[in-house]
Amino acid sequence: MNFEFSDEQNMLREQAQSFLKAECPPQAVRTVLDGDAAFDQRLWQKVVDMGWTATVIPEEYDGLGLSYLELSVIAEELGRCLAPLPFSSSVYLATEAILAAGTDAQKAAWLPKLASGAVIGCLADSEANGHLTAAKLTTRYAQGAITGVKLPVADGDVADFAVVVATSDAGPVLALVDLNQPGCQRQVVTTLDPSRSHASITFEGASAELLGEAGTGWIQLQQLYNRAAVLFAWEQVGGADTALNMAKEYALGRFAFGRPIATYQAIKHKLAAAYVKNTLARGNCYFGAWALSTNSSELPVAAASARVAAIQAYYYAAKENIQTHGGMGFTWEFDCQFPYRRSKLLSVNIGSEAIWQEKLISAIEAQRAA
Amino acid sequence: MDFNDTPQEAAFRAEVQNWLTANVPTEAELADMDYIGRAKLWQKKKHDAGWACIRWPKAHGGRDASAIEQVIFNQEESKFDTPAGIFAIGQGMCAPTMMTWATEEQNQRFMPPLASGEEVWCQLFSEPAGGSDLAALRTKGVKDGDDWIVNGQKIWTSGAHYSDFGVLVLRTDPEAPKHQGLTYFFLDMKSPGIEIKPIRQISGGANFNEVYFTDVRIPDAQRLGNVGQGWQVALTTLMNERASIGGGGGGVNFDSVFELAQSVDFGERPAIEDPSVRRKLADWYVQEAGLKFTGYRSMTALSKGEIPGPENSIGKLVGAPKQQDMASFALDLLEQAGVIWDEKLSERAGLFQATYMASPGLRIAGGTDEIMANIIAERVLGMPQDIRVDKGIPFSEVPTASS
Repeated sequence: MNFEFSDEQNMLREQAQSFLKAECPPQAVRTVLDGDAAFDQRLWQKVVDMGWTATVIPEEYDGLGLSYLELSVIAEELGRCLAPLPFSSSVYLATEAILAAGTDAQKAAWLPKLASGAVIGCLADSEANGHLTAAKLTTRYAQGAITGVKLPVADGDVADFAVVVATSDAGPVLALVDLNQPGCQRQVVTTLDPSRSHASITFEGASAELLGEAGTGWIQLQQLYNRAAVLFAWEQVGGADTALNMAKEYALGRFAFGRPIATYQAIKHKLAAAYVKNTLARGNCYFGAWALSTNSSELPVAAASARVAAIQAYYYAAKENIQTHGGMGFTWEFDCQFPYRRSKLLSVNIGSEAIWQEKLISAIEAQRAA
Repeated sequence: MDFNDTPQEAAFRAEVQNWLTANVPTEAELADMDYIGRAKLWQKKKHDAGWACIRWPKAHGGRDASAIEQVIFNQEESKFDTPAGIFAIGQGMCAPTMMTWATEEQNQRFMPPLASGEEVWCQLFSEPAGGSDLAALRTKGVKDGDDWIVNGQKIWTSGAHYSDFGVLVLRTDPEAPKHQGLTYFFLDMKSPGIEIKPIRQISGGANFNEVYFTDVRIPDAQRLGNVGQGWQVALTTLMNERASIGGGGGGVNFDSVFELAQSVDFGERPAIEDPSVRRKLADWYVQEAGLKFTGYRSMTALSKGEIPGPENSIGKLVGAPKQQDMASFALDLLEQAGVIWDEKLSERAGLFQATYMASPGLRIAGGTDEIMANIIAERVLGMPQDIRVDKGIPFSEVPTASS
């Protein structure tokens, strides 16, 4: 049994932790939350310089050619510090979509730039309230052009290109669209978590290039979600640990009725429950990372398990962190709002808890029927 | 990252498999025996071939095996239908305490027959006034020459009626503060003055006993640790209790409820097609998988010769309530037939009903959910202990319901 990260991967973690502790303190999140900048450009450049955007991109496309275990480590640490960066959109979604379905030419055109941070990518899937289905898609692709409205698009205001989910005469497609063209109108939308920007994008006959075969877009999208779910889950587990630690530190220092509130079982049991949820989520994330890194046929079950457990853990830790802080946790001045906002953003991005619970049971049924 | 044995572990696993395949008792071998006889026969067989208590030193009846080898042996043994053990408390809790605190001479006398199953041990800790607050125990020990004279009552003693020896904690100084007035002993369960009464449980079984002591004599030579050091010795036992009781195994699990949901209808269609059923099942799957993979992480640490991290402590706190909730849900799926508890009429011979009735006990035995949450908060997260009003005052002055 060797169900653990390697020594090299743990070294990467230590390196990432000390780097992010210095470069992405809570103040960095607050600056983006309070300010006009869509993300922390200075931190992004440093993350790019560390090679993190290039982690799993093959060396022939100027990447590092590392595995998804290394990327899992990075995801957990970025989640732990709630990095205000378009990393998930560009790396877990846009890069992954091209790696999975891009032609050699598309890979050559985009992957080196994604690796070097010269471009940022995003995924444009959602169109309206409620869960997106293939039948409900209104954005249309025809003859190299795309028309429709996508809302919201995570990091859509800062991305250079989008992987757009659209319908076509041949069925659903994924299309690569350069967002810096006249046929794309972008508008920033205000969101629950202003430390991660979102946009609405209106495509008016924007020129687009198919990614993968026409008609396979929906299947590709589900595979993309499964891969991204593992990495999102690692970010969520990292964030859930941060929320738990914030609550614990505060409880140790805050006195009520003549003693630290950390001595009350109401608080201890709450935080023990958070620890339990985080630990279960981490166990599932390990399996997700293994399935992703080995391209296992168990990925659909592994990804959904990691995703469901991580959504539940992060939500619980984030809300009970505020509760543990009492009134101060409800103030703008305190940092408790960061994980509370981010947990919801990460849990609805790429599909919410109920959707992933359904995917999990469907995947188990498929596995057992096989 | 992989799930593979090292070459050494694989070789060990193969050796275990071969031995088990050739030696697991057949039905014929076990015919006409009660569960105690069956358990003892299997234990003796393992011991004679060097497969009993394999982590223990050879001098004490073991094999000097590593922790990961023990895990591998347990995994392989669980694949066979072997007689249920009655030695978990003796071998898993009493023995580590004896090996830490008894003399080498005593261990050489008592450990080999415990390993071979020829002698069974029990643990006499809980009392009517001391469960979660174990150190509140009141059974009294008074020194009399080279002996201690014991009077009082223990409760929840598993297997007291078939045990040969037991470990117990006594209040030897009621005027000392609670934790400082305790002393730890082991004793012969056949000593005069011991009376054992089974406790009938809500699940129908009677695995536990009340044990009454009337002027029972224990030689001072059977004291473990110093007089007044009993709490410290007891912690050795308790640490091993929590390590050995896992929660998860047996009873209702994801598979059994999933299959039930496929086979019963909810409205006009199979229950498994109902979204609310699917969401609940997903949550339980995630908990079960989370425990499994957390276990794999601990196994990895053992495999590398390291001590597993604190993440292992969540097993019982997750596993026991999960069993209860899943059993309850399964009974709901069965609708009105859920109340029937009959080996012939009930689904899976009554597994769901039995688990429903047994699971309240799982949430209490070996540390209640609340105590387990305290342990996680205090030992894993480093939060302070609860404020205690009984601290620093003589035990005799601690308020009780009866005083």
